[in-house]
Amino acid sequence: MPPPTLHHRNHAVPIHLPRRTLQAMPTELAPLYSAAIAPDRTPDLVPDGAEPFVQLAHINKSFAGVRALEDVHLTIERGRIHCLVGENGCGKSTLIKVLAGVYPRDSGTVRINGRDYEKMSPIDSIREGIQVIYQDFSLFPNFTVAENIALNEQLADNKRIVNWKQVRQVAQDALKQIDVSLPLDARVEEMSVANKQLIAISKALRQNAQLIVMDEPTSALTEREVRNLFAVIRRLQARGIAFLFVSHKLNEVLEISETIMVMRNGHNVSDGDRAEYDHARLVFEMTGQSIREKSYAYTPAPGAQPRLAVDQLTVHGMLQDISLRLFPGEIVGITGLLGSGRTELALALFGMLPIASGTIAMDGKPVRIRTIHDAISHGIGYVPEDRLSEGLFLEQSIGNNIVVRIIDRLRGALGLTDKRQVTQQVDHWVDALHIKTGSPELAAKTLSGGNQQRVVLAKWLASNPRLLILNGPTVGVDIGSKNELHELMKALAQEGMGLLVISDDIPELLQVCNRILLMRHGRIEEEILPMATNENELAAKLIED
Amino acid sequence: MSETTASQPFPTSIRRNNPVLRLAIIAALIFAAFSLILRDQFFSVRNMQSMAVQFPEFGILAIAIALTMISGGIDLSVVGIANLSGILAALTMTHFAPDGSSPLWLMLAAIAVALVVGSLCGLFNGFLVARIGIPPILATLGSGSLYTGFGYVITGGYAVRTAQMAAIGNGSLLGIPYPVMIFALAAAIFALLLNRTAWGFNVYMLGTNTTAARFSGVRSILVLFRTYWLAGLLGAVAGIVFLARANSAKPDYGESFVLLSVLISILGGVSYIGGFGTISGLVLAVLSLQFLSTGLNMLMLQLSGSSAAIFFKQFAWGALLLIVMVINYYSQQRQNRSPG
Repeated sequence: MPPPTLHHRNHAVPIHLPRRTLQAMPTELAPLYSAAIAPDRTPDLVPDGAEPFVQLAHINKSFAGVRALEDVHLTIERGRIHCLVGENGCGKSTLIKVLAGVYPRDSGTVRINGRDYEKMSPIDSIREGIQVIYQDFSLFPNFTVAENIALNEQLADNKRIVNWKQVRQVAQDALKQIDVSLPLDARVEEMSVANKQLIAISKALRQNAQLIVMDEPTSALTEREVRNLFAVIRRLQARGIAFLFVSHKLNEVLEISETIMVMRNGHNVSDGDRAEYDHARLVFEMTGQSIREKSYAYTPAPGAQPRLAVDQLTVHGMLQDISLRLFPGEIVGITGLLGSGRTELALALFGMLPIASGTIAMDGKPVRIRTIHDAISHGIGYVPEDRLSEGLFLEQSIGNNIVVRIIDRLRGALGLTDKRQVTQQVDHWVDALHIKTGSPELAAKTLSGGNQQRVVLAKWLASNPRLLILNGPTVGVDIGSKNELHELMKALAQEGMGLLVISDDIPELLQVCNRILLMRHGRIEEEILPMATNENELAAKLIED
Repeated sequence: MSETTASQPFPTSIRRNNPVLRLAIIAALIFAAFSLILRDQFFSVRNMQSMAVQFPEFGILAIAIALTMISGGIDLSVVGIANLSGILAALTMTHFAPDGSSPLWLMLAAIAVALVVGSLCGLFNGFLVARIGIPPILATLGSGSLYTGFGYVITGGYAVRTAQMAAIGNGSLLGIPYPVMIFALAAAIFALLLNRTAWGFNVYMLGTNTTAARFSGVRSILVLFRTYWLAGLLGAVAGIVFLARANSAKPDYGESFVLLSVLISILGGVSYIGGFGTISGLVLAVLSLQFLSTGLNMLMLQLSGSSAAIFFKQFAWGALLLIVMVINYYSQQRQNRSPG
């Protein structure tokens, strides 16, 4: 298969732009061309035709006999924003690692900046100006912002003594390039995810990035932070830097990208201009099937007690006078920006924050919730925000993850754990929630995001909660699985469970919830009915201050 | 949709690396090698029996340390606990039977004293770790020094000599020395506790991820209290075996056992960051080390004729630990080479 020629039609402009911008930079901003990653040639000597910046063609890559990439191509034009979309396990991460020189390819050609690479090492990739920002950002959490951005080059310059003044200056300038200001002396671990990302981008710019690859950059960002990131990206694009976005948030893909490439099962499905794609086409090409989701139809049972009744709940500095009712069978959404109190409300109901005043009643009975055990004993379950660190025991088996809540009950003779009952429970939940795995003995980390979330759900469902609080239930879950999780949530509610869903995924809220509560500054600001609003209106309300 | 796990080329039983099997092979190889080289000097009932009285001491301590390591911590105070328990047991006997006799009731009373002391020490560790939240390595380093210090204050630094426990140390049933039986019993009980109780299950989960354990409603404080209490209890059992074997109790006995027990735990496949490890692996590691050190002692003595040869075992222990870690590292690497 020849390399795709789809994008060639509009790329008269970008080629010479990046060079000029680079040369126009002040000298101390000149990119890190020293020590470890200094090229052995000047970049200006590179022949510079009308050729794309990156051309990967006929790439094959297998792991232990499993084909991860099959005859895949990828073309990246200078100064253009590309999106690579596909479900988990479709090979997009592998492709990026091939591009970054982390994985050697089995066959295929790599041509970067007019140069063919027989073998590609991470150093080659960095020299060519390819910077990959992974989801963990690779920053030093205990170092300051300035150190993270600038220390790298001090080290690369082989300086024995760090010039702190210069470090600050360099960092300041780097941040100015993307038009953001951050406290230089704050430690990175104190920064929000969004700010960490900006720091990572600044750091990439300092290393003369020509192409910035971002792996799921928006998965942990709020709506407003996403806007901000996109603004930064457009600013950098105007300076000739190309972007490759890896994402499965389709709305964002459609908003930011100029070129889209879809992958499925290690193959290219299609690529082309943004204009050729819409939401439905992307979903179809990513999953190979068309998915339509219906909104949740809740019919109140007459005369039912509220499953959860919260009155005037206050947590100092976090929540103010929260009152809400949730009836059995309801799915109530809680939304708001990060810091609006949405997560704090969940934590307070789960006994993890000290409640200063207010009352909570479950099924009409007043309850006191001071510890997690109070919450659990009143039938409250919590699917936490961060599945990987809070929800799962990643290295433990899927089965162990499922039975952790109920192991105490699965006892046989002499009060010892009955392995047969354990297996029964595990098999039941793997089956009931359609957890796709070769064996429940495998570690939970071997599962895809969607299946991992099912394991967390199974853990709680096994202990039969009356109220389930879900915080960001489908963050990092691919579209097909996301839809299945939504259906599962609706089915649980229909069986009479109460669900409180905390999310800032607007389509999700509109499809799953029968009511949405909007939080701002620790208060519930407004109740919204999904039928009475639409995505744009809700999005606007969400970012309002 | 392609699932990462759906298309693995091998069944899990083959792909899964099995550290216990690997250790069993290592133990058997060491045993076979020395039996071949040293013939009946090594491969004899007499040598088996002499080895059998040596390993239970540190074997029991290794179980205690493994337990705390699986929970994500460590207990460095077990030797301190063992000595303090042993000293108080010995003093109980010499106090109530100054004539050196050892009636059964007194032996039981002395054992009870040791177990109570061990429990108290263990619970104090649990308090420091679970309640106050001091990192276990520091908490038990400090408390271990405290217990050893108590031992010095009580004895004035001298050994408390008494042969009143010798019946346990020297006795045997059907040719199996009592200390071996105590070790085997402790291993069996703790294998059962770890595998078949909610506490054991929670020790593994807590050791894997403290935060997830909290969010899953695992009562971490209680689990840790129980873990350190049981480690203290095992320390006391080791203390009784010390006293029974050496016919004396002193505050600084077996100081090298801490490092040795950590080494055994890691050799036996206990994860030093917690969450994984089995008693069967641990028992095999104890046996491997015993075969290795006895065999090497004999070999070096034969070759050099000098008694300095016994120091060679330190070298051998270290080498064995590093070799096993390297093997584990590479098999882990191979396992990890899967699509990202």
